[in-house]
Amino acid sequence: MISVKNLHVYYGLIEAVKGIDFEVKEGQIVSLIGSNGAGKTSTLAALLNSVKKTGEVNFSGFDTINHKTHTLVQRGLALVPEGRRIFINLSVEENLRMGAFNNDENYERLREVMYTIFPRVKEKRNQMAGTLSGGEQQMLAISRALMCEPKLLMLDEPSLGLAPKIVGEVFETIVKLKEEGITILLVEQNAFAALKISDYAYVLENGKIAMQGIAKDMIGDDTIRQKYLGG
Amino acid sequence: MDFLTFMQQMVNGFSLGSMYALIAIGYTMVYGVLRLINFAHGDIMMVGAFLGYFGIAVLDLPFAAAALLAVVGSATLGMLTDKIAYKPLRNAPKISLLITAIGISFFLENAFNVFFGGVPRAFPVPDYMSHILNLGGLVFSVSSLLVPIVTLILLGGILWVLFKTKYGMAIRALAFDVNTVNLMGIDANRIIMIVFGMGSALAAVGGVFWALNYPTVEPMMGVLIGLKAFAAAVVGGIGSVTGAVLGGFIIGFTEVVVIAFMPELGGYKDAFAFVFLILVLLFKPTGILGYDFEKSRF
Repeated sequence: MISVKNLHVYYGLIEAVKGIDFEVKEGQIVSLIGSNGAGKTSTLAALLNSVKKTGEVNFSGFDTINHKTHTLVQRGLALVPEGRRIFINLSVEENLRMGAFNNDENYERLREVMYTIFPRVKEKRNQMAGTLSGGEQQMLAISRALMCEPKLLMLDEPSLGLAPKIVGEVFETIVKLKEEGITILLVEQNAFAALKISDYAYVLENGKIAMQGIAKDMIGDDTIRQKYLGG
Repeated sequence: MDFLTFMQQMVNGFSLGSMYALIAIGYTMVYGVLRLINFAHGDIMMVGAFLGYFGIAVLDLPFAAAALLAVVGSATLGMLTDKIAYKPLRNAPKISLLITAIGISFFLENAFNVFFGGVPRAFPVPDYMSHILNLGGLVFSVSSLLVPIVTLILLGGILWVLFKTKYGMAIRALAFDVNTVNLMGIDANRIIMIVFGMGSALAAVGGVFWALNYPTVEPMMGVLIGLKAFAAAVVGGIGSVTGAVLGGFIIGFTEVVVIAFMPELGGYKDAFAFVFLILVLLFKPTGILGYDFEKSRF
């Protein structure tokens, strides 16, 4: 689905990502875990060409180098950004419409699909999106990203700032999406929750990949337990 | 002051206010998406008025065709200024954008001065436009009736685009968050260009109407009118389209009423827009219909 070789990301003189390789296979959930500032969000931004980067990114058979963010999204690379970033000044339904901006013909059908998966989003469809709770906003952000029928869905810290019970719901949803056949790249600080639902995982540390492996094995790994899972 | 005179002044105020409103919408929409006070906007209006003049006087077009030429020409010019001057500065500090806008303003004024001279030219108003209607003692020209009607229709059209079409939703979304708009697979730059096109087209309508009612065109005409329309946009609440229209009417009415009821203050008529501007900035900086900076717009 997506394979990344020797990726570097720069902010001026600062190198946030220092040459990483990883790949996400079709139908899998792959996690990038690591602490704050490890370069996770920068990596996602680089995949969408919204920051200065070098290296090779191959997405479902084509080189992304000459693409802009919006054309990559049109080609099936969707991101649920950190902090959700829903359009608070638009209604819930208008947020979904924005997600389907280039998908007019399927908009109404997909909207009903989202309303079935997320009944709470349906209940509030005519409200301003800013009035939603954090968990509802996360559900809306995910359904908005799905409105363009992405091949790869990238989620940046979907558990951030949510109550533990809601975090559980969000992760259940991600598993459900995988079962629907959507490939997922998940970025999380909440390593344990991410590893539990992932097939494969990479650990980022100071812009480099410190460790990688099958997610289930990593939960049992002592180093991982000590560093990221709180003993 | 009898009732008839009062009504007469109301009609005049409505007409003048409509013209300010048409121009103010462009300021407010560009501010909404770019947080830029586009100081070249008044000069785009001037170009619109000139294009109308050339259409009638040089190309010998009927008024409607000349007006269309003005609208299309100004919209194109507005979009070009975005592409050439503002787009390369998307990630630059806002002050660079503002200085660029002032630069474009000076460029347009002086280019027209060089090529067409600074002497005001008489705008060839068609006879049917200056035809005087008399409705029960209420006297006004066809053009002063046409201005508010067209303004209201255009305002309805703009609000429909903003609230009922996906492009309008994208414009509103852009006012909140540019990066996330790109994440929807939308080319934010294209939406910004559409906003410049719409704003400039409305300014051209305002410019042609202005030339009909005060029948001259000259290269510096956009300066004062543009500043007053800017004041109208701020008074109404910058970022809000309905606010811009409201602000336009308030300033238009004030000007007319002051001249009518206090002729001795007539010399200060241009100052009232700015008195309003100062008062609003002092007591309600977000304007009448404006929202908090980071909340909803339009």
